[in-house]
Amino acid sequence: MNELVFFINNVVIAGSVTGSIYAIGAVGVTLIFSIMRFAHFAHGDMMTFGAFMVLLLTTAFPGAGDAFGVPSALVLLPLAMALTALLAVGIDKAFYKPLRAHGVKPIVLVIGSLGVTLMLQGLIRLFAGTSGQSLYVDDRKEIFRLALPFEGVRAPVVVTEPQLYLFVITLVAVIGLHLFLSRSRLGKAMRAMSDNPDLAQASGINTNTIVAVTWVIAGGLAAIAGTLLSLDVTFKPDLSFFLLLPIFAATIVGGVGHPYGAVAGGFVVGFAETLAVFNWSVLLRPFRDSLPEWLTQSGNLAFVGTEYKIVVPFFILVAILVWRPTGIFKGKVI
Amino acid sequence: MPLLDARDVHGGYGGMNILNGVNMAIEADEIGVIVGPNGAGKSTMLKAIFGLLHVNQGEILLRGEPIHNLPPNRLVQKGMGFVPQEKNVFPSLTVKENLEMGAFLKPDNVKRMLKQVYDFFPPLHDKRHQPAGELSGGQRQMVAMGRALMAEPSLLLLDEPTAGLSPLYMNEIFEQVKLVNSAGVGILMVEQNAKQALAIADRGFVLAAGQNRFTDTGAALLADPEVAKSFLGG
Amino acid sequence: MDTKRADTVAAPRRFPLREVVLFAAVLTAVLGVYLVMGAAYSTRMLVEASCYAILALGLTIQWGYAGQFNAGVMGFVALGGFCAMFFSMPINEAFWGSELPGELGQVLLYAIVAILVVFGATRLDRIGVPKLLRTLIAIILGVVLYLMVVNAFRGVTDQIEARAGFIGGLGLPVGVGWIVGGALAGGVGYFIGKVCLGLRSDYLAIATLGIAEIIKAFLKNADWLTRGTATVSPLPWPVPGPAEIGFTLARALYLSVTAAMIAVIFFLLSRAYHAPWGRMIRAIRDNEISAAAMGKDINKRRLEIFVLGCVLMGLGGAALASFNSMFDPQGYLPLNHTFLVLVMVILGGPGNNLGTLFGAVAVYIIWIMSAPLALFLMDMAMSLGQGLGWETPTNMDSRALQARVFVIGLLITLVLRYAPKGLLPEKVKHHG
Repeated sequence: MNELVFFINNVVIAGSVTGSIYAIGAVGVTLIFSIMRFAHFAHGDMMTFGAFMVLLLTTAFPGAGDAFGVPSALVLLPLAMALTALLAVGIDKAFYKPLRAHGVKPIVLVIGSLGVTLMLQGLIRLFAGTSGQSLYVDDRKEIFRLALPFEGVRAPVVVTEPQLYLFVITLVAVIGLHLFLSRSRLGKAMRAMSDNPDLAQASGINTNTIVAVTWVIAGGLAAIAGTLLSLDVTFKPDLSFFLLLPIFAATIVGGVGHPYGAVAGGFVVGFAETLAVFNWSVLLRPFRDSLPEWLTQSGNLAFVGTEYKIVVPFFILVAILVWRPTGIFKGKVI
Repeated sequence: MPLLDARDVHGGYGGMNILNGVNMAIEADEIGVIVGPNGAGKSTMLKAIFGLLHVNQGEILLRGEPIHNLPPNRLVQKGMGFVPQEKNVFPSLTVKENLEMGAFLKPDNVKRMLKQVYDFFPPLHDKRHQPAGELSGGQRQMVAMGRALMAEPSLLLLDEPTAGLSPLYMNEIFEQVKLVNSAGVGILMVEQNAKQALAIADRGFVLAAGQNRFTDTGAALLADPEVAKSFLGG
Repeated sequence: MDTKRADTVAAPRRFPLREVVLFAAVLTAVLGVYLVMGAAYSTRMLVEASCYAILALGLTIQWGYAGQFNAGVMGFVALGGFCAMFFSMPINEAFWGSELPGELGQVLLYAIVAILVVFGATRLDRIGVPKLLRTLIAIILGVVLYLMVVNAFRGVTDQIEARAGFIGGLGLPVGVGWIVGGALAGGVGYFIGKVCLGLRSDYLAIATLGIAEIIKAFLKNADWLTRGTATVSPLPWPVPGPAEIGFTLARALYLSVTAAMIAVIFFLLSRAYHAPWGRMIRAIRDNEISAAAMGKDINKRRLEIFVLGCVLMGLGGAALASFNSMFDPQGYLPLNHTFLVLVMVILGGPGNNLGTLFGAVAVYIIWIMSAPLALFLMDMAMSLGQGLGWETPTNMDSRALQARVFVIGLLITLVLRYAPKGLLPEKVKHHG
């Protein structure tokens, strides 16, 4: 039973954490893809930017959360979301819109977004340095240990405070997005534009407004994803390319242009990663006596070492591109 | 004053003119039909009216007000609706959501207009929660027309509404066009099925090589032996 | 079918003023560097620039000729560098003298057997096994055999690391490593291209970005093969080294080798560009649908061009690693080995070989010279920042590097917007 707890801690919880972060990131990428038809390579650094804003704000107002009894970082998150959304809209106006106006191929926008990602990377690291920093400036990270009511189970299930917030915020974000897309006038217009941009225009939908709304949502979600990631571990300014691949993999697995698919894809990729680096020999320990020697002898039965974690999303990406390029939920764009 | 008055319209893509001086006028309660051989510029004219194509010369007036080269969303505000020939629905949106998109600029109208569109096209009411992409061709055409009607246009532009439909649906669509027109909406449509279309037309325009060849009432064009010989297949 | 470009259609043969002026400017800059920094330093700069020119030519045929965007040049460069190291380094007796090579060979044999078994399992349906069961068997077999092989492999590589350091090189001539490096990069390019080239162009960018990070992660962590972060040096040169004939002369000799390579590549590429093959490639880039309608095998042509570009990147990467005389997997950075090359190509003129060459040399000079400049600017920004009450940044070098990251990014976006065809645009000839 202790092995099961170990599994819960290292796979179920860890996988949900990574999955949530990828899911929120992938939703942004998929929305941008469905409205503007290009893979937004600056998304990883937009996430970092959001987290960096939280870090700056928390450093400036370390006591902001006291009144509410939650970490200051969370109280200041909405402000950081607004700033990141502003940044996203500004980047679009300054860099992507002129390219779109020229009627360039989507791949040129991809290159443009790589330029943007370098600029963001440079700026963030210029000011934040390259080392990790905790977003818990003035708060203490609570750790909850839940003992399981079974005999012989000594190890508790461990959940940290930021992880609990992460689950709640992910849930709220996904439900909020669902309501926005299915109920609100702008959300429906967004789906309409993703379906058929020409007809959306012929219906009198102002495509510039929709583009701006898309950036606001994508930017806000990126700030959430980046902040939650940094809360869970630490704020690291140099993650972007390592985040980008799993997020793109999640987007494509879920079917490009398919927000709910992106959520599912995020969890698929997140769990695949944690399962792949999980050391399975731990689970085999109880059956030690009945298993062949070569299997139990080795102390490490992980599929890939943590240093090769990035292989997992790449493998998923290649597999989905080979067998089902439209994703598990039939995306719109191949 | 005519509802739509296009005078000597020249226009095309990238410097090459496809329209070489088209004239067209219809009154507020009329059905206008554009027919002609392939490549005559029929659909191009419709696009020019709806601001999807640059007008290089000439003018287009809507109730006396010049509208050429205005962006489509302004034209929707001014009371024009456009139903393209292909890709004229939002496939992943439900029928009801498709219709709502038509009233995007007039959100206050939604309830009233939904009822009116369902009255015009009863099958849509039953399928209102179904994604438009799952409907049959004829029903999709209804969704497309319904979407355009949601903005309460005074002029509806239809680009080959019966293309690809079976004869049964074709008649139904023509009936519905008449019905919509009788509710006070001016119609300008491009049609391949020239005979049937001219039969319901108040005005007919036969285009060839980007110019008017014949312009008259629908009935007169149908009766004209020359038109019949060259354009209606004898 | 071809898009008409007013500036190039039926242009009469004119004096190439733009080319002459730009190359004269580069020449002046090179001479200036020689005057200020001395011959040894400047020749080193030129050799590195020439290696980058090979990389840039690889990217210009992918992006410029065919419109394929490779966001992982770094990976192919690193593969080339690895091969240069692996083939040219002297043989490691501590490894080859032990029983370890046999054990390594055994594990590789296991791996091959395991692959064959799993492959066989996927064919079980041919002998009447239900498809679902077949898939299940194949997956379970795959997982178990994979774990077995990987475990055995880890055991051997741990032994190698503990007893011999790393497996060392093969002691072959440098040129062999370069050629194999090109071939290996081409092979990886073939795999990626096969998966992505039939799909949206964005997917190729994503996949190449991923494979580059994976190649780097592998080379960085496979200590038994590359010594990982401990780095391997000195790598032998294809020409006499500085120790024998002095820095300037040795580097000049090296430069003659890379220059000769560029000349050959350049000549072959111009031939290919004007041949029917090149026209076909551009037809596909400019209008894929009509090219397909004319019965051209689009995906095969695309794959050819992508692999060719990757081969050049591997070659250039090998030449670069040999010249640096050190193989350091951690030294491969997206900024230096992907985006710098990208800037060279889009600034010089994608699809125009001469423009790409110009871009490579010009951008590399600016790049090298920008390090002192960036430090200077950082100094200014810091004194400004102190006035505003910022903390004094600690390590200036890293900050200066970040400033360069920003500048490269800005340059990419500006070029795309204001000079999308580069300084020396591709000349499209029209044949009637």
